Amino acid sequence: MDSLWPQIERILPTVSKPARYIGGEQGSVYPDHASGAVAWLLLYPDTYEIGLPNQGLQILYEILNERPDALAERAYAPWVDMEAAMRSAGIPLFSVEQHLPAAAFDVLAFNLSAELVYTNLLNMIDLAGLPLRGADRGSADALVVAGGHCVFNPEPLADFVDAFVLGDGEEVVGEINEVMAAWLDMSPPEARDRTALLHALAGLEGVYVPALYRATYVDGRLVSTLPTAPSVPAAVAKRTISDLADWPYPARPLVPLTEVVHDRLNVEVFRGCTRGCRFCQAGMITRPVRERPAAQVRDMVQRGLEWSGHDEVALTSLSSADFSGIEDTVRDIVDDPDHGGRVSVSLPSLRVDAFTVGTAAEIQKVRRTGLTFAPEGGTWRMRTVINKLITEEDLYNAVDAAFSQGWRRVKLYFLIGLPTELDEDVLGIAELGARCVEIGRKYQKGVTVVASVGGFVPKPHTPFQWFGQDTVAELERKVALLRNEARRTRGLTIRWHEPAASVAEGLASRGDRRMGAVIERVWRAGGTFQEWSERFDLSLWEAALAAEGLSVEEVCHRDRDADEALPWDHISAGLHRDFLWGDWQDALASVAVEDCRWTPCYDCGACTGFGLEHVVASPVPPAGGSQGTGQDLSVGDRIPVRLVSRVP
Amino acid sequence: MSPEGQRRLRLRFTKTGKVRFTSHRDVARLWERALRRSRLPLAYSQGFVPHPLVSFGLALPTGCESHGEYLDLRLEPAGAGETPVAELPAALSMLLPEGIVVQAAALIEDAEGSLQQEVASCDWELEVLGVRDEELQERVEKMLAAPMLTVRRERKGRQTEDDIRPAIRTLSLTSPNGHVRAELATHPRGVRPGDLVAALGTPAVPGWACRTHQWIERDGARFEPLPLSEPGTDGDATQHARRAFPHVRDGIQSEPGGSPSGATGGQRQH
Repeated sequence: MDSLWPQIERILPTVSKPARYIGGEQGSVYPDHASGAVAWLLLYPDTYEIGLPNQGLQILYEILNERPDALAERAYAPWVDMEAAMRSAGIPLFSVEQHLPAAAFDVLAFNLSAELVYTNLLNMIDLAGLPLRGADRGSADALVVAGGHCVFNPEPLADFVDAFVLGDGEEVVGEINEVMAAWLDMSPPEARDRTALLHALAGLEGVYVPALYRATYVDGRLVSTLPTAPSVPAAVAKRTISDLADWPYPARPLVPLTEVVHDRLNVEVFRGCTRGCRFCQAGMITRPVRERPAAQVRDMVQRGLEWSGHDEVALTSLSSADFSGIEDTVRDIVDDPDHGGRVSVSLPSLRVDAFTVGTAAEIQKVRRTGLTFAPEGGTWRMRTVINKLITEEDLYNAVDAAFSQGWRRVKLYFLIGLPTELDEDVLGIAELGARCVEIGRKYQKGVTVVASVGGFVPKPHTPFQWFGQDTVAELERKVALLRNEARRTRGLTIRWHEPAASVAEGLASRGDRRMGAVIERVWRAGGTFQEWSERFDLSLWEAALAAEGLSVEEVCHRDRDADEALPWDHISAGLHRDFLWGDWQDALASVAVEDCRWTPCYDCGACTGFGLEHVVASPVPPAGGSQGTGQDLSVGDRIPVRLVSRVP
Repeated sequence: MSPEGQRRLRLRFTKTGKVRFTSHRDVARLWERALRRSRLPLAYSQGFVPHPLVSFGLALPTGCESHGEYLDLRLEPAGAGETPVAELPAALSMLLPEGIVVQAAALIEDAEGSLQQEVASCDWELEVLGVRDEELQERVEKMLAAPMLTVRRERKGRQTEDDIRPAIRTLSLTSPNGHVRAELATHPRGVRPGDLVAALGTPAVPGWACRTHQWIERDGARFEPLPLSEPGTDGDATQHARRAFPHVRDGIQSEPGGSPSGATGGQRQH
């Protein structure tokens, strides 16, 4: 198929940020489509600058392109102006490498990291020229698959996606490729039976084919989602790679020509998290913890910096300060004479209970980037409910360490709308913030503390999946309360995101199959890029819900009972339902649980069900941690921040 | 004054093809990464946040091509085994994306002014869409005859009205059809190809555009900040570059342990 570049370059002068559409990244691959390999188009349903750094997509891009029987290119969602220009010029969705039309590919594979991009997924399927619904696709149409954290409730997209891939994709992507290759080998193409392909895919572990399941409703409420054929599994469980050391990817991280978010080298230091924060879907569905060996981390950092020319590296994970030997690793990078002392290290997702003066001193050597901590809850009671077990002392020590090392600005993340939340919990945010400002003033004038507050949206496969989220009005009331209180402290700023978006996110997170029609209506009404505040429009969602006879109250704001069928009951992240329910009851009783890396197993199911265990290099928990340190969790006592010597 | 022994290096490069859609800022960033990869002994500013002493010439509007872009940088005193300046064009080109080719490199005197100050005019070739050649010829003549040409344009987020006539030094039709060649002054206010086409009046719209030369004027003479060297007989540029920067690896290539076989399936990689 011919490249669309000559047509594309004609419209690029008329759109904003044209470099989004040119490709040319270092690390790009330009595969030969005549080779007969299965052609994958890896899609990220958001703008280029948000999608390009996505590590999951980059990992699969390399793994597929290393296989002789597969090839992969990438595509991102065109911004509104580009979409209009493409539609008016008759240009379909294209790959950024060779600017080939989506029709040149056998598999369209979406990465779904956030629910609000669902309408973009529909838009991209449509721009690709494919029938929107899986049921309308024939033997000549591409297969549409999706993976990523959102697919742990695949039902809202069940009508549009042919197969969902649950969990780690490194291994299963090859298995899907083999099934596709065998199917594409059948000739003539008319002989290919799409239903047979779907059945073959459903036979792979970790692959869920929604067309082979039927959802049943009684009195407008879901009662079951069951397979329609005996050969189809009643439940599909996620895939988990046991050892990250076997997968040192991306080895050729993509270096874009234009600015993207996270414009730096990213090296994943571990996957999974067992801190047990009850609101955190990522922590629940990615268990167990699998650390990359420190030597491999150093190697990937060194080679990655040489390859990319970046001067910043992020050590990524769900809680990077928990990485065994984090301080040594950071010190080695910062002090490496090869980098001439000009490489800075950032640690996204810092936990305050693992942040020490030592870490602070190391990461500020080169450049003082912003520091963000996430206490999430304003009072200790609130934090035991959500099981984010950091004490006020933890926070104050971390903030003290930061200000003493010269930072002037600290950002704190909080959630409101949490289960059992009282007004005093909300006001506690202002109190914590004010105390942090006070600590900063010991060291310097003009310090600022920004408390960023988000509305909580319960997610599937977490203990809070049964919880009815706050209404927009209630969230607004709480924020007003907090703002009013915070006004009394100079240097404390409250940041707040669009509360209305939490409703749409709730619908997409916990909706059942019927939500597909709602998403389709929102898309047809022009509701793309809903995760962008300037594009979000709650009225589109309300109108779509009304037209489908569904209600926000039913999906978002209602507590569920223990025995109610959930739309994702046939999807397993390895977590036992009783474990989650027990943890939900513990939450309501303000009972906290420790991190199981360093304490006995709670039998959540993530390890035992798969014959796995945690891969952790350090037998001791990180410095200062409240979780797993044996402290009395009922009182939230003080734990001194200290450096702990580590076993190499 | 520059610290003891620092040298000043001027580079000339192209910006053609797909990469023309990157912004001036993007180009600066990709140069910074390439220079770090080259391990040339870049000099850094003193101060709280040291940054490499690199300065770019006049910004090229996003979407325009160029056969003559420039950047100046400061290097610390030469160390043992440093790449000879003559080898830098080929070696650096390998570290830059397709379309950015380093054409010349030379050490220059400290006394030289900055590119921003010194470049007085630029030659452009541009395509004008929306009007036929006879009409275009007429409009060009009218334009050259006009004492004043007011164009509304946005500068620093504000709408302004500027007279661009003094900055149009030459303007003529050229082949193929619909193409014009112009020399546009950079001071006191630069004129961009888009401004020129706007001054031609509707329905003329700008198409492809390329900056072909930048000119410095001194003592009545006109010369380029760095002339193109004679076409090289260098042979394989990549070989050349590998010799110049032996530490540059093609990817990270860690040992992949239990991963699938590392066959690349005959694919072309950048």
